[in-house]
Amino acid sequence: MEAIISIAIGVLVAAGVWLVLRPRTYQVLVGLSLLSYAINLFIFSVGSLSIDKEPIVRSGVAADLVNYTDPMPQALALTAIVIGFATTALFLVVLLALRGLTDSDHVDGEEEDS
Amino acid sequence: MNATGHAMLLPVLLPMVAAAVLVVMPDGLRRVKAGVHLAAMLANLAVAIFLVVVVAGGTHGTTVVYLPGNWPVPFGIVLALDRLTALMLLLAASVGIGSLLFALARWHRASVHFHPLLQLQLMGLNGAFLTADLFNLFVFFEVLLAASYGLLLHGGGSLRVRAGLHYIAVNLVASLLFLAGAALLYGVTGTLTMADIAQKLPHVPASDRGLLHAAAALLAVAFLAKAAIWPLNFWLPSAYAAASAPSAAMFAILTKVGVYAILRLWTLWFPTTAGDSALFGHAVLVGAGLATMAFGSIGMLRSQQLARLAGYSVITSSGTLIAAAGFDNPSLTAGALFYMASSTLAAATLFLLVEVVERQRQIEVEGPGIDDVAGRLPAFGEAPPRLDANLDDEQIPLVGRAIPGALAFLGVAFLACTVVVAGLPPLSGFVGKLAMLSALAAPGPMSGNATSAWLMFGLLLASGLLSTVALSRAFIVHFWATQDRASLRLRVIEGLPIVLLLGCCIALSFAGERALRYTSEAAAGLHLPQGYVDAVMSARPHAPGAAR
Repeated sequence: MEAIISIAIGVLVAAGVWLVLRPRTYQVLVGLSLLSYAINLFIFSVGSLSIDKEPIVRSGVAADLVNYTDPMPQALALTAIVIGFATTALFLVVLLALRGLTDSDHVDGEEEDS
Repeated sequence: MNATGHAMLLPVLLPMVAAAVLVVMPDGLRRVKAGVHLAAMLANLAVAIFLVVVVAGGTHGTTVVYLPGNWPVPFGIVLALDRLTALMLLLAASVGIGSLLFALARWHRASVHFHPLLQLQLMGLNGAFLTADLFNLFVFFEVLLAASYGLLLHGGGSLRVRAGLHYIAVNLVASLLFLAGAALLYGVTGTLTMADIAQKLPHVPASDRGLLHAAAALLAVAFLAKAAIWPLNFWLPSAYAAASAPSAAMFAILTKVGVYAILRLWTLWFPTTAGDSALFGHAVLVGAGLATMAFGSIGMLRSQQLARLAGYSVITSSGTLIAAAGFDNPSLTAGALFYMASSTLAAATLFLLVEVVERQRQIEVEGPGIDDVAGRLPAFGEAPPRLDANLDDEQIPLVGRAIPGALAFLGVAFLACTVVVAGLPPLSGFVGKLAMLSALAAPGPMSGNATSAWLMFGLLLASGLLSTVALSRAFIVHFWATQDRASLRLRVIEGLPIVLLLGCCIALSFAGERALRYTSEAAAGLHLPQGYVDAVMSARPHAPGAAR
């Protein structure tokens, strides 16, 4: 399971970095989203990867990492998702504003000379 | 918990409530809005002064700890107040007042949400300075960044939107790195309270050291990008030059948040006592700081636009601070903290001055219905030329030609700014630089070799010289060479923040000894982090029903 998660994070990061470095604003936006998915998965995985374990304590079962999964990374990932979502929305607005103001979807607002 | 503890919550609560009130106020009540905002800013300044007095009066290395949720320490969010935090709070409050006063002249009319954004910015800044929890720091970083995106775009226009897009993209990537670093650190140490991490670092097994260092490096990259350290600072000059003057003045303290985070976390986690990780990465901090100093100074020299010049001066000052932090020498840090206070105030003033000076060149949409006569500084009329007067190049008499009051005021203010930024005597920049130079020249324990200490010594002097040259050149271009300019408009409300901020710099130089004593105590507290760790870790929640 560790290998699958690692490969998934790696692919997401690679795709995200490549897209962030592209000249079109929409590509940058998608790249940032992919990067934030990768980071969220990463946060989730630093706790302990386990199947069929819940983060909430039940009565009668000792509260340790043998019986439960660490709830902290899940809470962190949740916060990071919310904040990432909001900032991505804000980036989208600025992207549209730039598009409207300069009639170009290049990140510099003007086409390169080619 | 006493009054101090509850007062520690105010720097976060007050701007939040003020922002909430300001955002629902109808736009028609412009004067009321401005009044409410000013009252909130003044209250915030009063709280900041109170907190500085509290920590300055305490014993050596005092740290006041407050548990907002009343949870036991490693589990709940902790706020910690020490001398460095109180200093940063006071700086943010002062710069905020200057920015608001200047905006009241006309900028606050450019869009509806200027007031709440400025308050949210302040809330994020204060929270980031106060918190003692790594993830909480991330949240406050996002609050202050989200507000700064709005402030940067304030006023609109394709120039601002373009610079804003780059600024947002860079900061989003930096925030992702911050998250990755924080998550890794949690994976290694199992805690997010900064003091708890500091306690657990020396006991991290050797097999996890690499992960730990990777986490620290990821966090450092995020903070260094925010502090505009070379090579992560290409976004700063164009973003700050594009921002409206009050926003840019407020941004003068934004880079200092990155510097603050580095100072706080690096000294806390990697002191000389941290075992295998002692002083991890100090060479990188020193090297990057020195490169940034050189980059910023050269950038100042080559800037043709005043606003970009001011942006590069911000870069130079962050470079100086990061390099000084990397030496891990308390007396050097003390000088650097003093220099930080003076250079932040001077940079904010410079951004305000830039706007007034370059107003004629700017093709900006003027705020609607500005009354230009009321509140303007008195301008003197042209005196009739005398027959025996000295003549200048164009055969116009030099003697008896009156300098308009507004122009004279701006000229003096600009020169004072030059003196502070370049670190020339007698103003506060000189005191800070002198303290750093004497710490560098003094023989003593220095992490990092003597070569880099002497390199920093030389760069401090050279950056002072280059700043003097660049700013004097700008002074000549803007104040001497333009004789036939249209009469300069300056309203009292625009002059006031410039006077106040420069007044702070002058007060800092007069109270130099006391201020330096304060910063050296702050630096001593930073470099002996055990006091901070003990204070945070020994905080206990209140039993329910116990007397407060």
